Amino acid sequence: MSQATLAIKRISGHAGPAPGEGVERDYQVCKLVDTTTCIGCKACEVACLEWNGYEFTDTVFDNSYQTMPETTWKYWNLIKFNEHENSDGTISLLMRKDQCMHCADPGCLAACPADGAIVQYTNGIVDFQQQNCIGCGYCVSGCPFDIPKFNPATKKMFKCTLCVDRVSEGLEPACIKSCPTGCLHFGTKEDMTDLAEKRATQLRENFGFEKAGVYDPAGVGGTGVIYVLHDATNPEAYGGLPKDPHIPWVVKFWKGPAKWIGNLAMLGGILRVTVHYLRFGPKIVDGSKHENGGQP
Amino acid sequence: MSTSHVVSSRPPAREPEGVICRYTLGERVHHWLAALTYIYCLITGLAFWSPYMYWLATLVGGGPTARFWHPWFGLGFTLSIFWMYKMWIGDMRITDADRRWSKAMRYYVENQDEKLPPEGRFNYGQKLFFWLMFYGVILLVISGFGLWFVESIPWSLRWLRYTAVTVHVVAALATIAGFIIHVYMGTAMVRGGFTSIIRGEVTSTWAKTHHRLWYEQVTKGTSSQK
Repeated sequence: MSQATLAIKRISGHAGPAPGEGVERDYQVCKLVDTTTCIGCKACEVACLEWNGYEFTDTVFDNSYQTMPETTWKYWNLIKFNEHENSDGTISLLMRKDQCMHCADPGCLAACPADGAIVQYTNGIVDFQQQNCIGCGYCVSGCPFDIPKFNPATKKMFKCTLCVDRVSEGLEPACIKSCPTGCLHFGTKEDMTDLAEKRATQLRENFGFEKAGVYDPAGVGGTGVIYVLHDATNPEAYGGLPKDPHIPWVVKFWKGPAKWIGNLAMLGGILRVTVHYLRFGPKIVDGSKHENGGQP
Repeated sequence: MSTSHVVSSRPPAREPEGVICRYTLGERVHHWLAALTYIYCLITGLAFWSPYMYWLATLVGGGPTARFWHPWFGLGFTLSIFWMYKMWIGDMRITDADRRWSKAMRYYVENQDEKLPPEGRFNYGQKLFFWLMFYGVILLVISGFGLWFVESIPWSLRWLRYTAVTVHVVAALATIAGFIIHVYMGTAMVRGGFTSIIRGEVTSTWAKTHHRLWYEQVTKGTSSQK
């Protein structure tokens, strides 16, 4: 939550322990997307637009069931559709709700140079603060899921907020609210992980999906959006979900060692020319009191 | 304003050594175009480089403004460097005199200039700086387009996004190294250098000491200097 709630520790004149005493709240929130029960109705796409106040964008027909090729700065939630041919020759219609994954180790935040433009709340939501965003697009290079998008009119970056405005008021995200099949769930990370694992077990044991599993990639420290997949060994089939996402090593190097090597080199350069001046002094060739090359 | 005022505002030739034109007005204008655009990119670039230098962006109007203008000033710098290339390519090729001079560069660093072999219009170090900036700006402008239009690089070619970041950072740091040395030498170390790029003129003693071959070339066949 963005605001800490006030929990009572002690109360006066009260027989017995204070109500709620010792209760710990799990602040880590999580969205669970069960791709096995998604019917691709796109109610979540519409709910996202409605809640966030964006007009519906023209769809792009590309011989598929997908609304458009990618999420855009004003279309944060997109069902990625894939007609996947299985090894036995049968076809699976794979649908995956694509949006910001709210990584525990967010690449966008690591890459961002603007003070306070990207924040991660204690509940795990990664949110862009457009008033601090300078529109440089470094987050685009940092994101392992290709999520941040640039609004050319305002020159700011946008993406799914996990409905931080709703969640901080105790509501579930708009997409969750709209899902007619119940393939979308929202709750604490722990609860969602449990639910996802149960569903994956069910798929493996009762439905013959032997490779069913949960997608909660460790490379980015786990995500605030997790998937149940029929085939967790091949996440790429689900609209290009990366198998082992992590912050690009270039971004890690650039924001880590390169920064210190570069800063030390620059300081060292300034120090060296200063020492040179103190040690050897200027080159004065005119031998007169004019040291400036003859300018009077 | 009288004509005599205009004339008297020019620096008079100092006797007995006289004054030599080192940089034409066009050369000076291009040098300062390059300098100002580079310094703008340096200030804003350092702001994007490190949170400890982000405050530099406020000097030029804040982060979003800095981000907006950085690529345009970068293009301006690129053009001015290309113009310099066109202007100075004849003077910037590495010659045998440079190779001799480079072997004795230690004496230059230690201010024992009398032990140095004679140099042409630009010495080996100046030429190195020129080529550093020339190749540096080529790398900066190409990688800069990658950063400017990062979303235009498709996800399948995302290695190009990462390459652009790396190349931009490395090339920028290399030019900064050159820039530190250039500014130090042009202002504090080689006295007369700074005024020459402002007013275009040096004394013949200066020319004889630092660029003897060039001095001989420009004074050849005439006893009087400009």
